[in-house]
Amino acid sequence: MNRIKSLFKNKEKNILNIYFTAGHPNLNDTEIIIKTLAEAGTDLIEIGMPYSDPLADGLTIQQSSSVALRNGMNLDLLFSQIKNARKHTEVPLVLMGYFNQVFQYGVEKFIAACKSSGVDGLILPDLPLYEYERDLKNYFEENDIAISFLITPLTEEYRVRKIDELSNGFIYMVSSNATTGGTEDSNEKQIKYYERIHNMNLETPRLIGFGISDFNSFSKACKYANGAIIGSAFIRALEKGTKLENTIKNFVAGIRNKKLV
Amino acid sequence: MYKVDNRGYYGKFGGAYIPELLHPCVEELKQNYEKIISESDFKKEFDQLLSDYVGRPTPLYFAKRFSEHYQANIYLKREDLCHTGAHKVNNTIGQILLAKRLNKKRIIAETGAGQHGVATATVCALMGIECIVYMGEKDIERQAPNVKRMKMLGAEVRPALSGSKTLKDATNEAIRDWINHPNDTHYIIGSVVGPHPYPEMVAKFQSVISAEMKKQLMEKTGNENPDIIVACVGGGSNAAGAFYHYLNNKNTRLIAVEAAGLGIHSGETAATSVIGSEGIIHGSRTLLMQTSDGQIVEPYSISAGLDYPGIGPLHAHLISSGRAEATSITDDEALKSAFFLSRKEGIIPALESAHAFAAMEKLEYKKNDTIVINLSGRGDKDLETYTKHFDRFA
Repeated sequence: MNRIKSLFKNKEKNILNIYFTAGHPNLNDTEIIIKTLAEAGTDLIEIGMPYSDPLADGLTIQQSSSVALRNGMNLDLLFSQIKNARKHTEVPLVLMGYFNQVFQYGVEKFIAACKSSGVDGLILPDLPLYEYERDLKNYFEENDIAISFLITPLTEEYRVRKIDELSNGFIYMVSSNATTGGTEDSNEKQIKYYERIHNMNLETPRLIGFGISDFNSFSKACKYANGAIIGSAFIRALEKGTKLENTIKNFVAGIRNKKLV
Repeated sequence: MYKVDNRGYYGKFGGAYIPELLHPCVEELKQNYEKIISESDFKKEFDQLLSDYVGRPTPLYFAKRFSEHYQANIYLKREDLCHTGAHKVNNTIGQILLAKRLNKKRIIAETGAGQHGVATATVCALMGIECIVYMGEKDIERQAPNVKRMKMLGAEVRPALSGSKTLKDATNEAIRDWINHPNDTHYIIGSVVGPHPYPEMVAKFQSVISAEMKKQLMEKTGNENPDIIVACVGGGSNAAGAFYHYLNNKNTRLIAVEAAGLGIHSGETAATSVIGSEGIIHGSRTLLMQTSDGQIVEPYSISAGLDYPGIGPLHAHLISSGRAEATSITDDEALKSAFFLSRKEGIIPALESAHAFAAMEKLEYKKNDTIVINLSGRGDKDLETYTKHFDRFA
C-alpha cells in the first residue's frame, strides 16, 4: 500500500509534514535531512524540487531554490539521493515542484522514477485539474503514486468537491491567500474557513500549510485538520543552524513541544 | 481555426497552468471579460480614448525610398506614433477600462524595457488608480529613462530581486503580488502571454492594428490584403495585433521576427521558436527556452522588449502549424537596419521594430509584392544604445 495512504489510515491527528528544498543548504544534504527528520518524528516529508520560477512560493523558498540550483541539483541526482535515503526509512515521501519539471522530464519517465526511488506522492501546484484528469491520472493510478491538490479560502465549493475526488494522498489546505512563508490571516477569518471545510465532510485527509511556523500555529492547524505542513520556517532554521542534525532534531522537537537536545 | 477554444488553447498551446491561489483572479476575468468588452458603452469609451488620447488610427505610410531599395511596395504601420511611443498603450487602455468595470482599486504590471510599464502608468494616471510596476533590478539600471517616466506619472516601481532579475522575474513577482491581493487588484499583462484568457484578451485589444490596416490598404491600393505582414515577436503582442484579422486569409504570409541576439546557437539569444521546446511558462503551455530539467533559461537580446524566454501560445501555434513563418535577426543586423531606416525614411525605429525591418534582408518575396511592416515603437528610448554603435553603422 502507498505509504501516504497507510499513514493516514493509522494516524488521524497531529500529522507533521516538513518541507525542505532538495540541494539546499548543500547539494548532498538530502539523505541526511530525510533520515534525521524521520528519526525525529516527522510523519511525512515533502521534498522540494528546486525550480527557476517558483510562482507560488515566497522569498524563503525562492532563495533556497536558487541556492540549490546553483549547487547543481537536478532531477536524476535527486532521484538517486532519494533511493539512498529509502534504505534508512519508510517515512512517506512527497515531491513538490512545478509541472514544467515533470513535463520536460517526461510524465511516464517521471512517474517510473518516483516508483523506483520510493517517492509516494506529488504536489504540483500549477497542474490544472482538467489536464491532470486528461493526461496524467492513469499513470498515477497505475503506479500507485498519490497526488495532492491545493485548496484556498477562495476555492469555490464545487471545486473543493472536485479536488476531494481527485486527490488521493491528502488535500493541501492553504491557510490564507498568500505565497508561502507569509503570515496568517486574522484568527476569526481563518477559523471560519477551517470550519467551513471541516463541515464539508470530505473523504480525503487534510493538511494545512502556508504560514505554519511553530508549536502554536501547528497546534491550531491540527485542531481543524489531520495535521500541518511547515516549510519556510524549517528552511530558515537550516540556514541559521550550524550542525545540520542538531538543527533538525531541535526544530522538530520545538514543533512537538518536547525538550530540546 | 486560429481562435482560442473554451479552455484557452490554440491547438495544443495555451491553457491556464496556475496555482489554485490564482484561480479566483483568473476565473473572474475569464467569466467577465468577453461580456464586458462586447458591451456598447465599453466599445464607445475604448474607441474614443484610442482616437482622442492615443491618436488612432495610426497612419499606414508608404515608404517610398525603402520600397525602391527592396523593389517591393512597403508600407509601415506607424504604431510608433501612438501616445507613449509604442503599440503597448492599445492594450493598457482596454485593460484599465475592464479593471474599472470589475471595481478594481489597484493595478499591477510587469515590464522589461519599461514600455509596457510606462503605458500602464499612463492609463492609471488617466483613471486615477494606484499603479505598481514590477521591473527586474537589472532592467531598472538598463532602462533608467523609462523608470523616471513611470515615476513622473505617479507609479511605484518595485524592483524584482528574485531569479535573474529581469522580465521573467518581474512577471513572477507581479503574479505573486496578485496571489497576495486577489480581491482589489487587476494585473495588466503587457503581452499575449500568461494564463487564459490573457493571450486572447491582449490580442483582441491589439487587433485594432490589423483592423485599421485592412481599411487603409483598401483605400490606398484597392486591396485590403497585403502579400506579407512582418512584425517582431518577444511575447508577441504587436505581431498578434498585426496578424489578427488576417489569420484566416492564407494568401497573406505572416512573418514573425525573433531576436537572435549574438546568434541562434551562441548561447546568447532569444530565438525561442528555434531553440525552445514545448513547456509551461507564466501559466501558459507554449514554446520556451529551457534546460532538459525544465528550468527556464535566461534569454538575451540587445532589445529589452524581445528579451523574453517564451512566446505567446498563439504564436507557438501559428509557427508550429506553418501558418506563420519565423525568422530571426541578430543584434548587429537590427542595429544596421535601424540606421538604414533612419537615413532612408527619416524614422528612428525602436530596437524591437528594427528587427522586423532587418528581416527584409532575409525574406523571400516577389518583386512588387505589397508588404506591411509593423513599426511597433519609436527609437527615442534606444538612443543611448544607437549612439554606442554609431561608429560601426552610421
